[in-house]
Amino acid sequence: MDFTFSKEHQLLRRMVREFAEQEVAPIAEEIDREERVPFEVLEKAGKLGLMGIPFPQKYGGAGAGEIGYCILMEEMNKVCGSTATIIGAHTGIGAMAIYLDGTEEQKQKYLVPLARGEKIAAFALTEPNAGSDAAAIQTRAVRDGDSFVLNGSKTWITNGDIADVISVLAVTDPALGARGGVTAFIVEKGFPGFKVGRKEEKLGIRGSSTAELFFEDCRVPVENALGMFGVGFLTFMKTLDVGRISLGAGCLGGAQKALEMSMDFAKSRYQFGAPVAAKQAIQWMIADMAMEIEALRSMIYRTAWMMDSGQTGREFSTMAAMCKVYGSEVLCRAADVAVQIHGGMGYMKKYPVERMYRDARITRIFEGTNEIQREIIARNLFRKLGLRLR
Amino acid sequence: MKIVVMIKQVPDTTEVKLDQRTGTLIREGVPSIINPEDKNALEEALTLKESTGAEVVVISMGPPQAEDALREALAMGADKAILLTDRAFAGADTWATATTVGMALKTIGDFDLVLAGRQAIDGDTAQVGPQVAEYLQIPQITYVREFVLGDGKVRARRAVEDGFEEIEAELPALLTIIKEANTPRFPHAAAIMTAYREQEVTFWGAEDIGADPETVGLKGSPTQVKRSFSPPPKEPGQIIQSAPGEAAKDLVGILRNKNII
Repeated sequence: MDFTFSKEHQLLRRMVREFAEQEVAPIAEEIDREERVPFEVLEKAGKLGLMGIPFPQKYGGAGAGEIGYCILMEEMNKVCGSTATIIGAHTGIGAMAIYLDGTEEQKQKYLVPLARGEKIAAFALTEPNAGSDAAAIQTRAVRDGDSFVLNGSKTWITNGDIADVISVLAVTDPALGARGGVTAFIVEKGFPGFKVGRKEEKLGIRGSSTAELFFEDCRVPVENALGMFGVGFLTFMKTLDVGRISLGAGCLGGAQKALEMSMDFAKSRYQFGAPVAAKQAIQWMIADMAMEIEALRSMIYRTAWMMDSGQTGREFSTMAAMCKVYGSEVLCRAADVAVQIHGGMGYMKKYPVERMYRDARITRIFEGTNEIQREIIARNLFRKLGLRLR
Repeated sequence: MKIVVMIKQVPDTTEVKLDQRTGTLIREGVPSIINPEDKNALEEALTLKESTGAEVVVISMGPPQAEDALREALAMGADKAILLTDRAFAGADTWATATTVGMALKTIGDFDLVLAGRQAIDGDTAQVGPQVAEYLQIPQITYVREFVLGDGKVRARRAVEDGFEEIEAELPALLTIIKEANTPRFPHAAAIMTAYREQEVTFWGAEDIGADPETVGLKGSPTQVKRSFSPPPKEPGQIIQSAPGEAAKDLVGILRNKNII
């Protein structure tokens, strides 16, 4: 057993941390306030290979694997939840679906420019009537000659209005439903009949954009069907499995930052003639945060290592769900405690703790609510005992 | 054209702590980095590589772990990396270091330009660059903010206390670069992976550069560190908190007690 990061991953972490501190941290407050997507940061990140960290170099990626990608998400979310979210939707799910199930031609055409950051990706699953019940999607795709014609809408799509390439799930056979009747497609923003609707206003991650998408007789070439026909649900679920690890890694970074800020504050804030760190109440909060963060770190990087070493069976899927649930809950607890330790200052917009608290909340909801994740975990566990739960 | 950049691996802190008992640097828990101004020197070389297609060779002397600094230089875009590492090189002062690096440069042979950072953040001597130039009997320009090459010459703008000097020298020459010269690039993420997984670092020992063990390392060092110490910390000041009138009296009393007034 060896828990050390490789030398290249250590250098990658140092590079990413310096990039995040120099290029992203200074604009984090402003993009949150202005609800502005930081295109200038995305462009710089793309030129440094940070928009395609996990993908092989032959597809324009950095070849740093899931471990490298988790390092990026961890460091990025320490300074900016919005930027981490944009990269997560782009790399972790949007482009990831094409990497996992795309043909060689699709990878050359779409994954390469996405991995290089020349284009932006999104992942479109959620619909007004299909959130956690993803199998209930209604967007239809009907074959017509050399194309499929898509009709329907998607909602709350991260990067929806800035994406050039969108991985979309649609029903190809309503009678079969999720089991054989759903297919994934690669949609370009310029395809006729593709439209972007309203941009949402949000509590947190306000520098990332979240939009509605409409498909009105949207023509998608047959060769843009992603993965095997009829089993798009599996492509999407598999992609989300992978995305959940890096989502958890982002949570790890956020929680670590909450701990560091809390400790710095507790050390320098004097009340009753002593630093508040001298109070047992504060010490217990810090100790609890630190323990949870260490447990999360082990969980995240063990699961990332499973992916990089090709162990992607049901146990992996269970672990990925755990990374998402535990990560988001550790982050939310840490952000809450950080506000408490900072007292009045933690509630003020002037201090980054306030933004961190707002940014944290979405992680328990998006990419599969924690409630659904717990069902996945329990179902997978009972299945080992021969009990199939639906 | 071939450019050689001299780099040093240093602890990532300007506040190096000393072990009070042994007088040596405490390196545990302090990550190692490329000396910041050596990175500025490397950036100058890489910019020249982009405009002229020059080959960039990085060279360092140090323990085997200094390989990491060279790998980072490869990730930034250097073409070749050489690490001078040998037990015989250990304990070198700036003179013996310059002798060793100078011999290595003679072994490389066909370089046109040698670049180094002004000084290292751990030793702060700013001596090795100039000493290497002296060893090689080539022109040196120190504290360089910017320079241009042409007609086998280098024209450099050198920062002095109250302005700049413009100096011209024949190539090959050695320049030491200051941090104001540029902002070093980030390595590309893919290049980081390639630097460790595919590229090579060449290790040279005393034999490879034809060094006589008596002229390098501790044996070849005319100066030796006798003792290192941190100055004792300042004693905390005393705050007199009584009312102004009382405070003045208290202060006078304290100063009298200390025989100051």
